[in-house]
Amino acid sequence: MSTNIFEDNTAQSEAFHSNLSSRHRSGRIWHFVFQASTLIGIIALTVLLLNVLDSTFGYIAVEDEINPADLAINGIPIEQLHQIDLVWILEQNVSKGLFRRLESEMPWEERTREEIYDLVVARVVNPTVVDTWSLRESIFNRNQVFQEAAEKYPGARVEFKSWLSSAFLATPQSPEPERAGVRTAILGSLWTIAITIVFAFPLGVGAAIYLEEYATDTPINRLIQTNINNLAGVPSIIYGILGLAIFVRALEKFTSGAVFGLVDPTTANGRTIISAGMTLGLLILPLIIINAQEAIKAVPNSLRQASFGMGATRWQTVWHHVLPNAVSGILTGTILAVSRAIGETAPLVVVGASTFITFDPDGPFSKFTTLPIQIYQWTARPQDEFRNIAAAAILVLLALLLSMNATAILLRNRYSTKF
Amino acid sequence: MAKKDIELAIEARNLSIYYGDFRAVTEVNLKVVQNKITAIIGPSGCGKSTMLRAFNRMNELVPTAWAEGEVLYHGKNIYDPDVDPVEVRRRVGMVFQKPNPFPKSIYDNVAWGARVNGYKGNMDDLVEQSLKGAAIWDEVKDKLDQNGLSLSGGQQQRLCIARTIAIKPDIILMDEPCSALDPIATLHIEELMRELSEDYTIIIVTHNMQQAARVSDYTAFFNLGEGRTGILDEFGETDKIFTNPDHQTTEDYITGRFG
Repeated sequence: MSTNIFEDNTAQSEAFHSNLSSRHRSGRIWHFVFQASTLIGIIALTVLLLNVLDSTFGYIAVEDEINPADLAINGIPIEQLHQIDLVWILEQNVSKGLFRRLESEMPWEERTREEIYDLVVARVVNPTVVDTWSLRESIFNRNQVFQEAAEKYPGARVEFKSWLSSAFLATPQSPEPERAGVRTAILGSLWTIAITIVFAFPLGVGAAIYLEEYATDTPINRLIQTNINNLAGVPSIIYGILGLAIFVRALEKFTSGAVFGLVDPTTANGRTIISAGMTLGLLILPLIIINAQEAIKAVPNSLRQASFGMGATRWQTVWHHVLPNAVSGILTGTILAVSRAIGETAPLVVVGASTFITFDPDGPFSKFTTLPIQIYQWTARPQDEFRNIAAAAILVLLALLLSMNATAILLRNRYSTKF
Repeated sequence: MAKKDIELAIEARNLSIYYGDFRAVTEVNLKVVQNKITAIIGPSGCGKSTMLRAFNRMNELVPTAWAEGEVLYHGKNIYDPDVDPVEVRRRVGMVFQKPNPFPKSIYDNVAWGARVNGYKGNMDDLVEQSLKGAAIWDEVKDKLDQNGLSLSGGQQQRLCIARTIAIKPDIILMDEPCSALDPIATLHIEELMRELSEDYTIIIVTHNMQQAARVSDYTAFFNLGEGRTGILDEFGETDKIFTNPDHQTTEDYITGRFG
């Protein structure tokens, strides 16, 4: 018996066990369990992010093939040389074939001084990254990094490098990690997602409206509903195989652009952006339907009653009341579904995303690559530098995803109605 | 008033309403008099709301609901296959238990119904007229662009009445319109109902016996019959039902012995 602070040892209080402290104790234990599970989740995410950041920034050791100081003419360093002198340096130091090829791409007179300077740096000075260190090492073992670099690569300079840079975003893919960028991948991702949205959004919302507002509770409709829920759980690779069979093979004439006379000479097959976009569209269609259904269900029934009671038709009720009040939920659900599509890799591998592509996609019938495919391909490479640019690309992908989710939250706050 | 002068607004003849196999209301014969207030009272679950919704075919929004018998409106059975329920609902308006204004501006709340029904006149005039008709004009005339949901419960309910009279119905159905309101707001609505009965026929479902006694001209007492189906136990002028009912069950219910 615990002490009774009210000192009313009457029959009423004796009818109960004094278990208050044990009730509070079990409450505290559950409180701790819930807190711990949240904490573990946060720790996992933080470790993931730190791991990515660790590879994205850090010291690198760079060796130049020719010391820039040796290229100075009459004591003027190359940074200050005139355009004509820079062209002369190029002509002296690169092979004749390369020099002619560069000239035929764009005559020297039409290039700016900066472009030619960059060419000199890239082709003549030709800096190569000989070693990289992680951000952790660069911060905590700075002296050791410099010491190690001095021992192993006496001719190299050590500099701090951010692999994520504006140049990284603006340059296309390249076999050399120092020159590789994600522009083609970003554009490919954006094109693919645009097709996905155009394909899946109207279909998904339309199906949701039908199922919620028109369909009656018949066994067939229940079967359809159950199957939509099941489809949302089908592994994405299956959708890839489906996309390969339908869009790439069966509808090749359409997806290659042949019926429109838009065949890209480099891709006379169906492995194009439109196939990828529609495959991802199929993948997220069940998600969009389910999310839109939930949003439509959340519209209070009293509103429909009010509308019908005013002599509105079913379509007027849906268009004027149900959709405007469900739109924030529908958009939020769609954006979250699209975020999933952006991160998908497996179905695109099956549908035939190119792993190496250096030109920008120029329409729905182009060959393409996407950010996750690019990351996947880079992480599979043996050289250390590819892991650095893969980490940088992961940051780009994360930024894209987070900004989409932020948009979803903004939309929800902007359009949601309180009842 | 001589018996032959009484004009009927709407009349149920042998009306039974089913939800699937369940018969919610059985063989009701009810004559609703023009420009009068008819109250429907009775214990919970006896089909009062179902009966009310039978007058503008709102029951059909429940997929399993169906009706047998006739509801005559201007000599036409509204359940005939050539009658469009959408048209019926324009003529027989409805006010609900919980105030449910649209999450739109006060102006649009009133104008919307008229607009979708193809109203041809001046919309500003109609909105003003309807809000005045629902005795809420003075309170909202300076904030017509505000959201209808920003009003108080009683005001919202009067707004709902305003939007109902904006579509110019003959009959207004009210399903416990005051049950979510405080006594003062209830009083406002009751006064309003008396005013409205000059131009409209009103049928009101209420759980509040005093309310039925205060506002209605006729009272229909529904009760649970065999198999938990609703039946019309007694119908007559309110004074008679409340002072000298024919049936013992009616008296028991009214005096609070059950229900």
